[in-house]
Amino acid sequence: MTDFTDEQIERYSRHIILPEVGGVGQRKMLDARVLMIGAGGLGSPAAYYLAAAGIGHLGIVDFDTVDLSNLQRQIIHSTERIGMLKTESAKKTITALNPDVNVTLYNERISSENIRELFQGYDYIVDGSDNFATRFLINDACVMMNKINIHGSIFRFEGQATVFNPQDGPCYRCLYPEPPPPGLVPNCQEGGVLGVLAGIIGNIQAVETLKLVLGIGKSLSGQLLIYDALNTEFRKLTLKRDIHCPVCGDNPTIKELIDYEEICGTA
Amino acid sequence: MSVKVRIPTPLMKLTNNQAEVTAEGGTIADLLNNLESQFAGMKERICEENGAPRRFINIYLNEEDIRFLDGDKTKIKDGDEVSIIPAIAGGAV
Ligand SMILES: [Zn+2]
Repeated sequence: MTDFTDEQIERYSRHIILPEVGGVGQRKMLDARVLMIGAGGLGSPAAYYLAAAGIGHLGIVDFDTVDLSNLQRQIIHSTERIGMLKTESAKKTITALNPDVNVTLYNERISSENIRELFQGYDYIVDGSDNFATRFLINDACVMMNKINIHGSIFRFEGQATVFNPQDGPCYRCLYPEPPPPGLVPNCQEGGVLGVLAGIIGNIQAVETLKLVLGIGKSLSGQLLIYDALNTEFRKLTLKRDIHCPVCGDNPTIKELIDYEEICGTA
Repeated sequence: MSVKVRIPTPLMKLTNNQAEVTAEGGTIADLLNNLESQFAGMKERICEENGAPRRFINIYLNEEDIRFLDGDKTKIKDGDEVSIIPAIAGGAV
């Protein structure tokens, strides 16, 4: 029924013995198709653990190269890979960890031109991007293509995570109808971030992805998780679908993908 | 009413790095004016010129977004907690 090799039974034994996973769940993971946007702070831990878990088809989108200043948090890369494409570096790490994972690389900058093609073959989109233009584009494409968006973002000592599931909850524009004008809130690399915070939030994205793939537990859809590292506090706020949302509301005004002006960043 | 207000990281420079402050008011609108009187510049960061909260900042009364309550006319009672949550973009780089 589930058709594993002996090596796979051993590799995934700690999953397979979980009643919530079992052989059936492990097979779901091996058959799952997940697209990771960004192989940076959030993408490093998320992609790494998704690969360890045996997500069978993992796409990675990034056009940047590894820089020394990335390594304080981007643990999928390493010192000897400085200058290498992040996608190539991520694939090396993932393949060394788990050869079961089919990794597909997209060395591209996401735009309205290529996003539909990028998303087409995937069911779950993990947003580890670093700027509002990309986040709004990912959101709109997910709503239009009915894909689940596993969202995470970090700033200094604070992180946010949620799931935007077009089937049962709000989208990013239900929270924030349009991107902030430049300069009013920090975008991209402004302000710094505690490296480990990327690990916490990226791994929450990985957990949410696995739960969705397995169909277990209660997803973060409709809830915004806020993590305050300085005070060691997790809070959950309620998110609701806004019937006036410009993209998923009852009378949507945004019907085509928008490229907001990119003022920085990767992916 | 005196309530606890959670200040997001990008606005903490206005509160001497305090992540949590106390403010007074019967409604969210009163509370925002009270915050401004304690921390000059706060209201301008949170609200448009017409007084409505900016579109990339949400205000929550306890766990609920005030847009789905009574907006800035939402009433506040003792012991409530107000959170100001801006969109944050960071992730990769
Ligand atoms: Zn929406």
